[in-house]
Amino acid sequence: MRVLVFILAMMFLPTPAAAQEAGGVPAPSITKGKGDKCVADTDYMRRYHMKELTHQRDKTMQQGVRTKKFSLKECVACHATTDDDGQPVSINAPGEFCASCHEYAAVKVDCFQCHATKPEEGKQARRLTLFPMTAAAEPETGQ
Amino acid sequence: MSGNGFDIDRRRFLSAAAAAAGVTLAPGVTLYGIGQAQARGLDEPASGKVRWGMLIDVNLCTADCNACVSACAEENGLTGHGRPATDAQWIRKVSVRDPKNGVEKSVPVMCQHCAEPPCVDVCPTGASFKRADGIVLVDKHICIGCRYCMMACPYKARSFVHETLSDQKPHAPRGKGTVESCTFCVHRVDAGAAPACVEACGDSGNGAMTFGDLNDPNSEISQRVAAYATRQIRADLGVDPGVRYQNL
Repeated sequence: MRVLVFILAMMFLPTPAAAQEAGGVPAPSITKGKGDKCVADTDYMRRYHMKELTHQRDKTMQQGVRTKKFSLKECVACHATTDDDGQPVSINAPGEFCASCHEYAAVKVDCFQCHATKPEEGKQARRLTLFPMTAAAEPETGQ
Repeated sequence: MSGNGFDIDRRRFLSAAAAAAGVTLAPGVTLYGIGQAQARGLDEPASGKVRWGMLIDVNLCTADCNACVSACAEENGLTGHGRPATDAQWIRKVSVRDPKNGVEKSVPVMCQHCAEPPCVDVCPTGASFKRADGIVLVDKHICIGCRYCMMACPYKARSFVHETLSDQKPHAPRGKGTVESCTFCVHRVDAGAAPACVEACGDSGNGAMTFGDLNDPNSEISQRVAAYATRQIRADLGVDPGVRYQNL
């Protein structure tokens, strides 16, 4: 029942204004992501994002498949906001993307006990030297 | 060399291998591995044809250098609480001394990424597992924190997270109540880069570490393993570590 109420509520709240039009139902205000649109339809993501995340989680963990479509890291990278100083805000902070809905729906997520809540710092600056990179370690090169 | 290749005695084999490798491993010549050791596609699962391994030349490693340890901590966001007994430690420098002649060496020791990992054998939930390419990992989603793997590991390679963490690195999730250890920087390896410790050892250390595919005969590590006498720590246990040591 709670899920139904949540889904019904979500259907009417693209913006807080719409929520008021729907009869003043208190609704979470969701921050918009950085991109034009999400990796899948909003309806689909609302209902199934947890299943996709779990599926992706197992494939990444066990097989090393690192596609970006349903990667939690990419969710955070796109949906995280920055504060007035330009610093990233934790995505599970009150009112932020993940927290706003989950608090509203009283669903507790434990992703962020381990996973980073902020996008990678200096993502552009972080360059990996592609393998094979190790120069032959000859004694002459020692210090 | 008569008959089939298995007839050649060890000494002749080694000298032949050293001669063959001597051309490519001449001082100052950078030898690049090829073959399997290339970045996979993002959607490509880890291949069972690859066996990632590491070779550490202990003669090049010096006791005063800590580049690998600090690079590991930086890369994976390992912050301590000033409590060495319980702080996470994915790689550490171990001093070994031969009592007969007093020779001391400093040896970096991390998860040895065994082919037959005891931590995987004992894990009651299947959280401790070996990936197809030989990297031994903990799936923290299903780790219950029992620490049986820590007991089973002959190399004391695993740590337990005792306290709530925040500001983890996006590529290295860590959390209270789970066991963790060196991942060979699996996120870097999947992207086609060498582990942070190896890179740091080459950049600011003594260039003692080599990383690569042990199954690829053309890789630098395989050629070195073929050319020089290397050993695994506690090889007698039969767990076949993927980390090998030269001049130990």
